[in-house]
Amino acid sequence: MIRVVNLYKSFRGQQVLKGVNLEFATGKITTIVGTSGCGKTVLLKHLNALLLPDRGEIFVDNVDITKLGQKELYAIRGRFGVLFQGAALLDSMTVQDNVAFPLREKTKMTETEIRKKVEERLAQVGLEGMGYKFPAELSGGMKKRAGLARALIMDPEIVLFDEPTTGLDPVLATGIHQLIARTHEDFGFTGVVVSHTIPQVFDISDNVAILANGVIEEIKPTKEFQASQNPIVQQFIRGETEGPIQAL
Amino acid sequence: MGKIFLFLLSAFFLAFRRPAKFNLIIHHIKTIGVDSLSVVLLSGFFTGMVMGFQGYYSLRKFNAESFLGSVTALGLIRELGPVLCAFMVTGRTGSAMAAEIGTMRATEQIDALYSMAINPVKYLVSPRIIASLIAMPLLTAIFDVVGIYGAYLIGVGLLGVSSGSYFAGMENSVVFNDVYSGFLKSVSFGLIITWVCCYKGFHAPPMATGVSQATTESVVLSFVMVLVWDYFLTSIML
Repeated sequence: MIRVVNLYKSFRGQQVLKGVNLEFATGKITTIVGTSGCGKTVLLKHLNALLLPDRGEIFVDNVDITKLGQKELYAIRGRFGVLFQGAALLDSMTVQDNVAFPLREKTKMTETEIRKKVEERLAQVGLEGMGYKFPAELSGGMKKRAGLARALIMDPEIVLFDEPTTGLDPVLATGIHQLIARTHEDFGFTGVVVSHTIPQVFDISDNVAILANGVIEEIKPTKEFQASQNPIVQQFIRGETEGPIQAL
Repeated sequence: MGKIFLFLLSAFFLAFRRPAKFNLIIHHIKTIGVDSLSVVLLSGFFTGMVMGFQGYYSLRKFNAESFLGSVTALGLIRELGPVLCAFMVTGRTGSAMAAEIGTMRATEQIDALYSMAINPVKYLVSPRIIASLIAMPLLTAIFDVVGIYGAYLIGVGLLGVSSGSYFAGMENSVVFNDVYSGFLKSVSFGLIITWVCCYKGFHAPPMATGVSQATTESVVLSFVMVLVWDYFLTSIML
């Protein structure tokens, strides 16, 4: 269980998060939606302490990760997998080496075992036979899939997805959503997805939260969220410029 | 100011923590050392040839052309070799280090390392620092030898200084302390270059202009720090 309590974060005097309170149910996919630049990625990066808050706590299984030393923090991070917005593949390595990288660095597996597991993961994300390519040779969708294979290689308990479909065409975006749903079914991780691709993202989400004005305005199971009468939720779902969310 | 020193301390501390990154150290010895070899050879050779001309011109005023070998060797080994070699490595490799690490910051690759529970300082910086400590004295030694040969070609081959007096003067005047001084300078310059360039890249603002700014700053700061440190080291070791 991940719990965010009263989280504040500002950058150069600009307050981005203004007291976020949120719980992520274990084994479920929770999606955080919100307008571009509202602080979704900032919130996501706090969950595995890539960013530290100005104020507030983040509990992972009742351990406040904002107060951990470096060693304990690395141990907690080992439980996470992250799919970054641009995939963040190490561009000096091939796809295969990228996916194998955490295994080589963090486990004592033999090279044969590593290769077998990497091939398995690449096949699961539809990249079999592509392991020899470098990230620069891949399309946007292939990069995301390679990033997902790397995020899942250590069998993480929690996977963070930072805008997994941004910049992809609708067909590919649906493909990535299906891939997330399928891998979630296979691995049973707790998923946190940051996205503004609606309504497609609702198909893979158990719960949806909306971040607006620096706080979580509403969090509900997906169906209830879609039916919510909260004007912020309705404006966002309908994509209207008039309403409580400032469009420009 | 404290941040940059803490960065160096942590890189040093992590360099000696298991698991050792021998493969990365060897890779960076190649990029810092082998890949800089051509530019070091070229600059060393021409520096030596210029020293041959200038040394001969100056020494002739005192009828002391036979000291050309001593002057060239002492100048190169004690001072010009380590400093010019450091400048070449900064331009050739230091700027690339800052740009590469800065780009990794901008494209979230450093965040990816953190999120995989891998310390990016240990992975990206420590091996480069160890590699530079090994590669820099070797490059400097090559620069010195090529420079001495360049001055020999001009002094002996072109201007008629006796070959015997060129080498005999060198043998008589260069002592172990001169070589040690040059060695110490080259090692410390290697450390400064890698430290400054990695730090600037690591803390580059995550955008294209941020990376270019970090690259420029890393080169300028490395040059300045090499010269300032050279002054202090020279004043202590003379």
